[in-house]
Amino acid sequence: MSDARENGDRGKQQTSEAALSARLQRLNEGLGQVRDQARNAGHPSDSSGAQRAATASGYAKGFRLSSELVAGVVVGAGIGWLIDRWLGVSPWGLIVFLLLGFAAGVLNVMRSAGLIAGPALDEGTRQGPDS
Amino acid sequence: MKVDPIHQFEIKDFWPLFNLGSHEISFTNSALYMFIIVGLASLLLIGATTRRAVVPGRLQSIAEICYEFVANTVRSSAGTEGMKFFPFVFTLFVFVLFANIIGLIPYSFTVTSQLIITVTLALLVFFVVVGYGFWKNGLRFLNLFVPKGVPKLILPAIVAIEVLSFLSRPVSHSVRLFANMLAGHITLQVFAGFIIMLGSAGILGLFGATLPFIMVVLLTALELLVAFLQAYVFAILTCIYLNDAIHPGH
Repeated sequence: MSDARENGDRGKQQTSEAALSARLQRLNEGLGQVRDQARNAGHPSDSSGAQRAATASGYAKGFRLSSELVAGVVVGAGIGWLIDRWLGVSPWGLIVFLLLGFAAGVLNVMRSAGLIAGPALDEGTRQGPDS
Repeated sequence: MKVDPIHQFEIKDFWPLFNLGSHEISFTNSALYMFIIVGLASLLLIGATTRRAVVPGRLQSIAEICYEFVANTVRSSAGTEGMKFFPFVFTLFVFVLFANIIGLIPYSFTVTSQLIITVTLALLVFFVVVGYGFWKNGLRFLNLFVPKGVPKLILPAIVAIEVLSFLSRPVSHSVRLFANMLAGHITLQVFAGFIIMLGSAGILGLFGATLPFIMVVLLTALELLVAFLQAYVFAILTCIYLNDAIHPGH
């Protein structure tokens, strides 16, 4: 092989390497954007496995939040009913505590979703991945 | 052929033990499975830690991964002080995990699909939190219910809501695990029932039966994920609640 030919090859190689790294970087940026979008949208669209996992965790999240709300309401209603029975102030106990129970349920949901911090917690611990 | 998706949750009495008041206390299939769970978990963990090698073998790796996983969970959500509750959290995690996974084996019984079991576990956590909170902080534990920077006028309502929110914890803690397992197992059973119904409907039905069959395979994978996830959620919620007992109002 002649020197000129080798030089030419090397030059081409260098340019192709530069082009390759530039392309890799572009791809990386593109991937990052897609990932960010997917994360924002709540369902990654790159593979069906990831999608299924996201659906499962969305299901888990929905379940978690609804159970929090229902728990608040049920406990409020239960306490109201007991107060009515014991103190004989029917129906005021039920009315007041059912409403308070709704408020507690909404508070639970907001706390569980990490929208507000708990009474004794900083934001970081509450937002733990408990889905 | 009739498929009864609830049948799998039936409690069967094996033999009666004694009477408590008017209730007959029997050894049931639920109790049997709890013994199996505890036995298997103990066997695995004790067996894994008998030969303590510097370079861990397979079993020892499993035990170490379990330990690291739960220890990290406890440290990240209850702080280093929470590590004194590590045995408690680890026991709960392993029990729920084994119960969920053993329940996935066909024809087995899922202990965590019984509300009474999950309620017992959740109430245990609740009373540990309350007991330890009062023991360690005294009446300062009640600061948990009094958020800072709230106008005096609406403080009573806020405190009432906080107390109710606190009281609703064992409910959501237990219902979540119970309902997830119950719903998952019923779904599996219903789809498995479709296979039988379609499969017995002639040659065309056999082709149709492949669809629910694929569904059952996928659902089983999903249930495996849910089994692990719910054990993890149970453990991490326990840690979060314990954190309230360890540092209230910080």
